[in-house]
Amino acid sequence: MEKSLELINTRIRDGNARVVTAEEMPAIVDELGDEGALEEVDVVTTGTFGAMCSSGAFFNFGHADPPIRMEQVWLNDVEAYAGIAAVDAYLGATQQSTTQGERYGGGHVLEDLVAGTMVELRAISRGTDCYPRRTITTELLLEDMNQAIMVNPRNAYQRYNAATNSTERTLYTYMGTLLPRCGNVSYSGAGALSPLSNDPQFRVIGSGVPIFLGGAQGMVIGEGTQHSAGSGFGTLMVTGDMKQMRQEFLRAATMTGYGVTLYVGVGVPIPVLDLDLVRSTAVRDEDITTEIIDYGVPSRDRPSLRTVSYAELKSGRIELVGEEVRTSSLSSYRKAREVAQELKTWIEEGRMELALPTRRIDPTRRARPMRETTRAPRVREIMDLDVVSVTEDEEIRTAARKLLKGETNHLPVLDRNGVLVGIVTTYDVSKAVVTDGRLRRVRDIMTRQVIKTYPEEPVDIAARKLEKNNISALPVVDATNRVVGILSAIDLGKLFGGRWQR
Amino acid sequence: MKLLVTFSRRGGRDPGREPIIARVVKETGVLINVEKAYIESMAGEVLIDVPDADAELVRQRMEEMGVAVRVLEDAISRDETECIDCGACISVCPQDVFSFDDEWRIQLQQGRCVLCGKCVRACPHQALSLQQ
Repeated sequence: MEKSLELINTRIRDGNARVVTAEEMPAIVDELGDEGALEEVDVVTTGTFGAMCSSGAFFNFGHADPPIRMEQVWLNDVEAYAGIAAVDAYLGATQQSTTQGERYGGGHVLEDLVAGTMVELRAISRGTDCYPRRTITTELLLEDMNQAIMVNPRNAYQRYNAATNSTERTLYTYMGTLLPRCGNVSYSGAGALSPLSNDPQFRVIGSGVPIFLGGAQGMVIGEGTQHSAGSGFGTLMVTGDMKQMRQEFLRAATMTGYGVTLYVGVGVPIPVLDLDLVRSTAVRDEDITTEIIDYGVPSRDRPSLRTVSYAELKSGRIELVGEEVRTSSLSSYRKAREVAQELKTWIEEGRMELALPTRRIDPTRRARPMRETTRAPRVREIMDLDVVSVTEDEEIRTAARKLLKGETNHLPVLDRNGVLVGIVTTYDVSKAVVTDGRLRRVRDIMTRQVIKTYPEEPVDIAARKLEKNNISALPVVDATNRVVGILSAIDLGKLFGGRWQR
Repeated sequence: MKLLVTFSRRGGRDPGREPIIARVVKETGVLINVEKAYIESMAGEVLIDVPDADAELVRQRMEEMGVAVRVLEDAISRDETECIDCGACISVCPQDVFSFDDEWRIQLQQGRCVLCGKCVRACPHQALSLQQ
């Protein structure tokens, strides 16, 4: 048996369509079976409410008198892209304020506008014959704009990697605060309520399909940027009229140490046309898995520590490397439910009819990494090979002499086998002389927890270690922990000029 | 019950150098749990946990010894118009203050808070603040 979209729309118009949320669907299928559920249910509504950085809106401000062709535009000191026609601009959610840093940004401007708050528009131009004006400052409400069209290049991730951190230091990421030593796990996504989890083959979710976006009726444009449904990470590009949106479904946020983002409520109604759609909308949290990724590894290809289901993540505690670890959600499940519930009401009341995609989204496509034609510089290329070191048995006086003679402030300390066991600095030696005359050996004053780098480590990563630990040099060690060089803040200067300059 | 003990180190007296907590424990026999201590050059602050029934006695004796004592209720304040019930606070809190109820709303158990402030930084919506 199959059901046509026309039949479903007729029922919606007649006010007798049976609409359920994706959360209710599994139990219905359990009770009635696939055939029974197909007969019973016409539409399954989905919803998600989470941080969707890749969001923003196009504005048309109307023409001023005398007119201006805006070259640079700021809304509440947040810059919008103005490389389009005269009074058009695109404001991205993650753009930060030039005056308030990460506390305020594009996401906040979008929320403020939807909330009915006045926003200051500032623009500059060089002035042309047709657009003579060079500057403008004015205050605008959302209703003052001709258009405010939200166009979000990448929303509604099918699922998302969960995050943890194996390092010794707290990390502040777009996945929130990650405690040291895998002290917590952070995840995002509504699991079985997520739109794309209910149609992973993209049979009915595609271009032109009506959706819930930020409280308004929006539409799917097509596949989102970085769409990778072939690996289970499909995305959608969506649009909607901001003037119809509501603040409760559009909320700005700041991930401390990372920056500004926007929480967006997105929901897609799924017409239950056949048995395959019955089965895909009966998905449960147990069926949807993701990886727990170690964000402590500062590279693109971060390792996975384990596979986990959304059911486990939502339970609040999971087992990770032999310990019980608490989980935190970044997206709001309560709000995701509200989205699915409101969408359900719209359809029940005949306020939204469904449509099939005018163009389908490729369910097999995979996103590729960037093709890099130049390699990021590595520590090996700028490190100092001329390393002066001491052994832990040597006297402090010897260390002092070496520091003076080597004109360095850092001495790696080696054991008898040449393996790195510590580091002493000019400061350590001076302190030993001033505070306690009894200390004699290098091992008595050395720092044992050495922060180090590796020849193949990208210089950006090493530079961040210097900055984060407030130090000025890193011993460079090989796989056997033998010192092969030293990287000091001064060496970073080699990156400016010469072959790395572009 | 949580008591926030604060003292100044200005002037002649310096309660920061006196074993006040030990003295109160010995005198009264009340078991005091020190949850956080923060001593600076000019002032200090200690968060202690005592059985509810003994709080008044402890407060009285400590104040006699020259430190200020304040009962700490609702240590964390949550702005309900900003909070969207995401749950980012749950796993960063060392004291299990936050949890979800059956409707996926955030619940607070204020009595467990030791004012570490981790949740304040972790909240994406800046909905949490510490009572001062």
